[in-house]
Amino acid sequence: MSTPSIVLHSHKPGSPPGDLAIWFFIFAELLAFGIFFGSYAFSRAHHVELFNQSQLLLNRESGAINALVLITSSYFVVRAVAAIKQGLDRECANWLAAAIGLGCVFVVIKLFEFHAKFSAGISLSTNTFYMFYLSLTIFHFMHVILGMVILAAVMLKARRGGYTPEEHTGVETGASYWHMVDLVWVVLFPLVYVIR
Amino acid sequence: MQYQSQKVAMPYFIAAIGLFTGQILFGLIMGLQYVMGDFLFPAIPFNVARMVHTNLLIVWLLFGFMGAAYYMIPEETESELFSPKLAWLMFWIFLVAGALTIVGYLLVPYAGLAKMTFNDLWPTMGREFLEQPLPTKLGIVVVALAFLFNISMTILKGRKTSIALVLLMGLWGLAVFFLFSFYNPSNLVLDKYFWWWTVHLWVEGVWELILGSLLAFVLIKVTGVDREIIEKWLYIIVAMTLITGIIGTGHHYYWIGTPEYWQWFGSVFSALEPIPFFMMTVFAFTMVNRRRREHPNKAATLWALGTGVMSFLGAGVWGFLHTLAPVNFYTHGTQITAAHGHMAFYGAYVMVVLTIISYAMPVMRGRAANSEKAQVMEMWSFWLMTVAIVFITLFLTAAGILQVWLQRVSDTPMGFMAAQDQVTLFYWLREISGVIFLIGLITYIASFFVGGETKEAA
Repeated sequence: MSTPSIVLHSHKPGSPPGDLAIWFFIFAELLAFGIFFGSYAFSRAHHVELFNQSQLLLNRESGAINALVLITSSYFVVRAVAAIKQGLDRECANWLAAAIGLGCVFVVIKLFEFHAKFSAGISLSTNTFYMFYLSLTIFHFMHVILGMVILAAVMLKARRGGYTPEEHTGVETGASYWHMVDLVWVVLFPLVYVIR
Repeated sequence: MQYQSQKVAMPYFIAAIGLFTGQILFGLIMGLQYVMGDFLFPAIPFNVARMVHTNLLIVWLLFGFMGAAYYMIPEETESELFSPKLAWLMFWIFLVAGALTIVGYLLVPYAGLAKMTFNDLWPTMGREFLEQPLPTKLGIVVVALAFLFNISMTILKGRKTSIALVLLMGLWGLAVFFLFSFYNPSNLVLDKYFWWWTVHLWVEGVWELILGSLLAFVLIKVTGVDREIIEKWLYIIVAMTLITGIIGTGHHYYWIGTPEYWQWFGSVFSALEPIPFFMMTVFAFTMVNRRRREHPNKAATLWALGTGVMSFLGAGVWGFLHTLAPVNFYTHGTQITAAHGHMAFYGAYVMVVLTIISYAMPVMRGRAANSEKAQVMEMWSFWLMTVAIVFITLFLTAAGILQVWLQRVSDTPMGFMAAQDQVTLFYWLREISGVIFLIGLITYIASFFVGGETKEAA
């Protein structure tokens, strides 16, 4: 497979890729997660023992697999952007479909994880650690679903030939959002599942 | 005025200003009762004055929103209103029902009113802001449904713009969340839990959508900036409002019997609630700076900019002040809340309604803008009312800080009434600011009667 050469700056130099509006949105999302991560750190400092004990009961394997799944899907999205820059709309749509497919894998693995926790009687009120674990992962889970919806919309438009090498802001917009979803997991997974 | 049916907005705006005046008068009565407890007792007890003050506020803002919708929707959809007759009929029903309710509050003891209006069959009364008797509540639902039917049908048959759709979403949300006022579980925690679904999800949710679309409409008109740009801003503001505002409801759920996680959810999400308001400020100023025409209505532009700034200060900054759970632990239900309530309601909702009235009234009276003289007077009223509300807020904040300290923080905490005695000075200062607000309001009303040379409407 030959790697297509990627034009790095199809958008205006100096401005972020995609629609500027999505960057306001991404910034706000990162701020919300950032405050939550900060609150987690603050709470953990007051209950180190509790956090360490509860953390050991999490399923680190599924978390790690999901991290790989999302990073790979982000790579697929990069390939989709590279494809549309060369005018390969069919290929772009296929890469996006692959990314959405991995999004589905993430969702399924996560559902098994949630099911195991809920069956064990764990809820938001179990303890402070689980409050953070459940709310952070559920919020992120909802973002994965939203990201998949956005990618699906972009994919359908790409399939219809709605983007060109000159004008493909929509693809970059969707890609930017998906990378944000990925980025949050890359921070969330080590923070909540691993670091002790 | 491009469409004849837009004119039905006029009675709504006039009624709004009339009820606004009533609200301020009762505010002044109540403000005086803070320092002279038996003022007008037993004719108008404090609890009745308070109920009239807050209920009139809500009703006149609803009149303003409805008038705004009737004015905006024909122009946005490029078609006449579905039924101007229905709009007129609903106007009278709403006005008469509202007036009867207020008369009921003033003439009949509240418990008697509850008995007369079948509250024992379906108890909904006695809760702050939702004190209306059952027939009034049902009347509000009927009026809201007829109004929404009228507006929705107009949008369905006409052009669909983002501004119209955001407004429609806000208005439907307003009606839907009002339905929770009929749900009154006997469990006090559940009662409060769902009470906020009306109160919070109105002012920190769907009303913000109405605010955003009204502001966007006036900004398009007075600045001539491309609709596309304005709509993009509107979308981001709406998204941010919903992301922060819905879970932000949690900031009312601290220590009232709800699960502890609400302290985190409420603190984190409501801490972000100032963002959409800040964006609204930046939005208003950016659009005015990028204006592509000099609209003769300078007063409307001033109100629009004022809405941006004051809603950010009142709702954003003063809200943030006491929204975090550890802070609210001390400030809950003190004068800090009253300070926030005054500036937020004025800055966000009063000002946006006055913005649309300022823009639309001259047009409905057959001119692009009022005379220079009338506008100068209107701008005086803007500054008088705005500065007065800033001082009311500052004095109440001072009273609140002192109250929190004396009553809840100090080593020898005082009782509620003893602490109230210590903050009397600030209540007097607040009352003086209130009188200045009234002078501003009288100036505002007078500005409608100033003549002078005007330009024909375009």
